[in-house]
Amino acid sequence: MAKGIEIRTSPHLKRVMSVDKIMRTVVLALLPICAFSVYQFGLSALLLLTTTTAVAVLTEWFFARASGKGNTVSDWSVVITGLLLGLTLPPGFPLWMAAVAAFVGVALGKALFGGLGYNVMNPALVGRAFVQAAFPVAITTWTPAFAPGRFAELIPSTLTLPFMQPIPVADWVAGLQMDGWTGATPLAIQKFQHIELPASDVFTGMIAGSAGETSALLILICGLWLAWQRMLDIRIPLSVLAGAALMALPFWLLDPGHYPSPWFVLSSGGLMLAAWFMASDMVASPVTARGAIIYGLFIGMLTVVIRLFGGLVEGVMYAILIGNAVGPLISSWTQPRVYGATKKAKESE
Amino acid sequence: MKDQSAVLDSNLAPRDGKGSELMKRMQKGLVRLFNGHKTFDHGIYPIEHKELTAHKPIRRMPFADELVIPLQQHKGRPAIPLVKVGQEVVRGEPIAVADHFVSVPMHAPATGVIRAIGLAPTAEGPKTQAIYLKVYHAASQEVLYDLERDPERMTGQEIIEAVQDAGLVGLGGGAFPSHVKMKPAAGHVIETVLVNGCECEPYLTCDHRIMLEQTDALVRGIMMAIKATRAERAIIGVEDNKLDAVAHLRARLPKDLPISVEAVQSKYPQGAEKMLIKALLGREVPVGGLPADVGVAVFNVGTLAQMGDLLPKTRGLIERVVTVSGPAVKNPGNFLVPIGTPVRFLLEQVGLKGPVGEVILGGPMMGMAVSSLDVPVTKPVSGVVALEPEHPDLGQRQVYPCIKCGECLNACPISLNPSMLGELAVAREYESMAGEYNLDQCFECGCCAYVCPSNIPLTQYFRIAKSINRDAAARHYDARHPDPHPHHYDRHKDNKTHH
Ligand code: SF4
Ligand code: SF4
Repeated sequence: MAKGIEIRTSPHLKRVMSVDKIMRTVVLALLPICAFSVYQFGLSALLLLTTTTAVAVLTEWFFARASGKGNTVSDWSVVITGLLLGLTLPPGFPLWMAAVAAFVGVALGKALFGGLGYNVMNPALVGRAFVQAAFPVAITTWTPAFAPGRFAELIPSTLTLPFMQPIPVADWVAGLQMDGWTGATPLAIQKFQHIELPASDVFTGMIAGSAGETSALLILICGLWLAWQRMLDIRIPLSVLAGAALMALPFWLLDPGHYPSPWFVLSSGGLMLAAWFMASDMVASPVTARGAIIYGLFIGMLTVVIRLFGGLVEGVMYAILIGNAVGPLISSWTQPRVYGATKKAKESE
Repeated sequence: MKDQSAVLDSNLAPRDGKGSELMKRMQKGLVRLFNGHKTFDHGIYPIEHKELTAHKPIRRMPFADELVIPLQQHKGRPAIPLVKVGQEVVRGEPIAVADHFVSVPMHAPATGVIRAIGLAPTAEGPKTQAIYLKVYHAASQEVLYDLERDPERMTGQEIIEAVQDAGLVGLGGGAFPSHVKMKPAAGHVIETVLVNGCECEPYLTCDHRIMLEQTDALVRGIMMAIKATRAERAIIGVEDNKLDAVAHLRARLPKDLPISVEAVQSKYPQGAEKMLIKALLGREVPVGGLPADVGVAVFNVGTLAQMGDLLPKTRGLIERVVTVSGPAVKNPGNFLVPIGTPVRFLLEQVGLKGPVGEVILGGPMMGMAVSSLDVPVTKPVSGVVALEPEHPDLGQRQVYPCIKCGECLNACPISLNPSMLGELAVAREYESMAGEYNLDQCFECGCCAYVCPSNIPLTQYFRIAKSINRDAAARHYDARHPDPHPHHYDRHKDNKTHH
């Protein structure tokens, strides 16, 4: 029986948990949100999500092979990137632009840094930020949810040929004869016309917006489930939301006619999706417990500042990218206090 | 990178269906939420597997044909042999003497003849000096070295000397000579003796059985420790997965003694000295300090029970209680094992279900896998855990880059940043690991590697980094001090407390 005994080092036990399992669970949590987006926006949303995910996966596969890393697609993290990116784009976004976004996100946002674990910023947001700058018109062209025939026909702009201007959708939208459609998201309506749509509609997703940002309620449920599975640090989304609400509150109290209510701030735009699924990206957020809270609050507040005072309608994407950038700094400020360390000992070091 | 090789908990989980395991876990969770037992920060909740042996009374293990008694089974300097090859010895007779203060003597664990004195494989190292004792199976194996004395009449100093003469060391795994702990450096006052009955390592139940079965000896030992350290009181800390032991001890403790029993949360590594001090007294041993700095001396229940048993008879430590368990073992149990019994003999006695993968001395979180089954049970070995060979599927567990999930930070009982330390280790920045990120405070408890979803062998990285730093420091020291003091033993350098 002495034959073949194994020698390893302690600890000889290991928790049943692995990176690919965490990532698979996040994908699972995103699927209902994707499904709702397809239900709202029809075939175009389906094609959009498929495109971003497929291109993201292919890009990852290509760079992993090129750098001799073996198969890194199997850790599933790139699927999250693809889905998230698809969810942040307008449903009628031309597919070729979406492919560019996915490629840029994974190539520049992830592979360039050395792949999973080394990326400083959330790759989906890098891709999104790139197309925001490159295609400012397409990225703000919204189409109505629940358009009749959405499962039979595509939004015309979806199939824009590569390197062509998107096909204008105005005529198509007019043809739908949807009452009250203005082509603007609730955030834009609030920002430029100071009319606040009923938060309950916004919260449940019965409005215009990007493919996956429109139902705060559903995103909340999926996020809570993920936290319940202990695969998401709930401190981050909670502090993002708290930061946003706290920042919005004084302005709204001063001038409710002009500024949005904290409730509206929370349920509109991409804040929910960003708070639960993007700010909480483990790799790009601080690793320390206190750091996570500071980072979350920072992103939440910055989002509101950009929304209220910046030129952009939605600020959360940039807020997170900036948060990602300062994340390592926050981490190093918030190193845990070591057992038995006294203030004196620290100073004398 | 190759897989970091540890056995998944699921592999070891009792196979009686998932549902019951889930129920158990939920129950545990509820207890944790509402019981309010004291604890320390962070830590982990590995599956305990204590049900395999917790109900098994201590039984005597027969003598193997040959016992191997390493001269260094403790921290400090090795003992010096007193016997010659071919000499016959009687069970209990001293066979090696202590070399200076931080060292302990050895006693013959059986009646027999010294076959050889030479190198032997041990858990501590590949080869250390050891005495080979051939056992006379026909002999009565009675201990003839008895001398009754009344511990009540002994002074504290006499107790300290008697503890050294008995060869007592930390039986929880620390192996630090007990008498040294009783005599703190000048200027330190021991106010409280903490009695460590936590036994937080999975599988191990020997301390549990000792608390139940050797209560009187334990209480005697505690009183001796109080006297020797001049402490005011003693607190027995027991994890709340052993509430039967808590109740038993409370019922058996004489009311007039300054000893109390306190349940602490069942959480690994509750049995580490620093964690127990934090949980019971709310104090933290300062960085680089010793428990004496906060007025505490910590002793394991097994050590004190032996003390209470041996000192009144003027005997030496020749056997100890060992839990032999693990998924590969047919008849797990708690055994009174003669020091020096080869692991192979123990496993033959309990029977194996099939092939074994790893055999671990101590518990699976901090214990060492043996390289040979000829390795003997020594004084600090509280358990022998035999695991099954790793399932081929699990063997391919992939190591991923750190995904900054922060689990390791939430697990580390010392509040280090294992994620950062791991990255620095890969980058070979050993100095900044120690200088900026307190590497020296890591006591290799294994919590970080246990939780890491990327399967990064963090604890092993830290072990290597520490030894590299130690070597570098030694070279530095040698270069500046042509005549180093080999007799000097510095406990600070050896920051690895077992339990
Ligand atoms: S092995 Fe070291 S770093 Fe890891 S949890 Fe234990 S004390 Fe912390
Ligand atoms: S547990 Fe592992 S993956 Fe998570 S932060 Fe620590 S080292 Fe990184």
